[in-house]
Amino acid sequence: MNNLIVYCEIEDGVVADVSLELLTKGRSLANQLGCQLEALAIGDKIENIGSVIFPYGVDRLYILEDKRLAVYSTLPHSSILINLFKEIKPQICLMGATCIGRDLGPRVSSALHSGLTADCTALEIGEHSDNKANKKYENLLYQIRPAFGGNIVATIVNPDCRPQMATVREGVMKKEIQNENYKGETIKLDASKYVGDTDFVVDIIERHIEKSKINIKSSPIIIAGGYGVGSKDGFDLLHKFAEAINAEVGASRAAVDAGFCEKERQIGQTGVTVRPKLYIACGISGQIQHIAGMQESSMIIAINNDPNAPINNIADIVITGTIEEVLPKLIKYYKKNSK
Amino acid sequence: MSLKIIVLAKQVPDTRNVGKDAMKADGTVNRAALPAIFNPEDLNALELALQIKEENPGTTIQLLTMGPPRAADIIREGLFRGADGGYLLTDRAFAGADTLATSYALSCAIKKIGNYDIIISGRQAIDGDTAQVGPQVAEKLGIPQITYAEELIGVNSESITIKRRIEKGVETVKAKLPALITVNGTAKECRPRNAKLLLKFKHAKTVSEQINLDEDYTNIYSSRPELILNEWSTKDVDANLEECGLSGSPTKVKKIENIVFHAKESKRLGASDDEIEELIVELITNHTIG
Repeated sequence: MNNLIVYCEIEDGVVADVSLELLTKGRSLANQLGCQLEALAIGDKIENIGSVIFPYGVDRLYILEDKRLAVYSTLPHSSILINLFKEIKPQICLMGATCIGRDLGPRVSSALHSGLTADCTALEIGEHSDNKANKKYENLLYQIRPAFGGNIVATIVNPDCRPQMATVREGVMKKEIQNENYKGETIKLDASKYVGDTDFVVDIIERHIEKSKINIKSSPIIIAGGYGVGSKDGFDLLHKFAEAINAEVGASRAAVDAGFCEKERQIGQTGVTVRPKLYIACGISGQIQHIAGMQESSMIIAINNDPNAPINNIADIVITGTIEEVLPKLIKYYKKNSK
Repeated sequence: MSLKIIVLAKQVPDTRNVGKDAMKADGTVNRAALPAIFNPEDLNALELALQIKEENPGTTIQLLTMGPPRAADIIREGLFRGADGGYLLTDRAFAGADTLATSYALSCAIKKIGNYDIIISGRQAIDGDTAQVGPQVAEKLGIPQITYAEELIGVNSESITIKRRIEKGVETVKAKLPALITVNGTAKECRPRNAKLLLKFKHAKTVSEQINLDEDYTNIYSSRPELILNEWSTKDVDANLEECGLSGSPTKVKKIENIVFHAKESKRLGASDDEIEELIVELITNHTIG
């Protein structure tokens, strides 16, 4: 049976959220396909990792341990995936669109000559017909992602090559435990059969982990600015308002590219996906790639001087006006009425 | 110590400055409305190469790009900033390539150029944002890769040491050469064009570009061969046609759509004091804020 496998990212014995989100999605896709959900864990001293992974409905967990695998490095991990996939022939492989997944995925897909789609915002199962070759395919993975700078949405399929590989950013899929007591099978593999000594030609000399000070993902209120904010100074207004109402500041890619705001604050397909209680979009036109990262916000307020900005279509409240005009008033009347 | 560097660069539509006419009524992309530019992170890659060249006299930089004939602009742009030469990989058979078929074509060309120490490219191109071609080229060449590079720490004839910028912080890694490096947009910005080099190379053309020139100009190419930009087809790089373009691409685009969002019934407000105050009071009353 060709199963669905999720590559689990592990740092210091902790499984990344994005991997758990993909296990959740993987479980529902595996149910649709009638196949098993498998997980792959590579690291050092991770023999108990199953207690975290199985509750997501994992039927089979492959564990490879080696001291030299404690920290992610491209070649050893690539070799493991390539050699293991040749043996177990998964039909689908999912991984996080993180620095690790985006480093590892292409390497593996190239070696196996399988298709890989980066930064998917939705995954579905469906059929496909190739009219030219007069071929019909059932149960393919639809890899759906905004493309072309977010101006279009493309559905990609890999009809003939396996595994069908896709990466997904953190926060795009929901993380949900299937059953606390779910028990799958653990298969411990001998790492030395999958990794050669020649795979360790890249030395990690130093690692410096910086705790990110910016945490927009968990903020219940986000005030996001787009290119229309116009400048760094314009963003100061957003920060002022955010401070007043205890919110975080986010940004569209255009604003980040223009240098108005730090990359860590970018919301959208190539940034962070957020689901706050309130999302205030300031001077954001509303390209698909941005909307993909915030459309599940409970309430959306759009402030834009263009009454026809696409973002207005998904907003609950639309304020037509300039940022310089509207934001100071919001701050003023909040201060006046909040006490 | 002299090193041989190949920089991979791509000409991309400027998707960051998409105007209202960028999409046609039928939902397809109007490429003509988008200016073609040097992919931004590939410029960061070029800068890293130039830095290595400065610190290691005798080092040479060759640019490699794949695209339509007009992508020769990319090579000229590289020459204006200090590269030593370049190759344009252009052939209809390359059209419709996904990342895998692209990396196959590039790896064929790199093997043909041969004798390289370092391959440097941008982390990703702004028209696809996949970040896949770099690692896939490295795999096809069987060499290590360092992705998300931000700073060169050191290089010698045996190895390169790079500081990477990853989500969780920074990591300094050392890889044996030859190796492939992909460079982040947070790395040092590329130096501008050099006026002398601009003068020297402004007539650098591929053979197919030379055909369209006046005879007066064509004479200069026999006396100044450095102005002839290499133009390679699938044949020139011994590429297997089945692995190129659409037929070499495992991923197929099933559907492309311009998403129309189901318009909510939004409440429309103006920017007057009364309207803003009423909104704020409402948000405070229903505990959305405050």
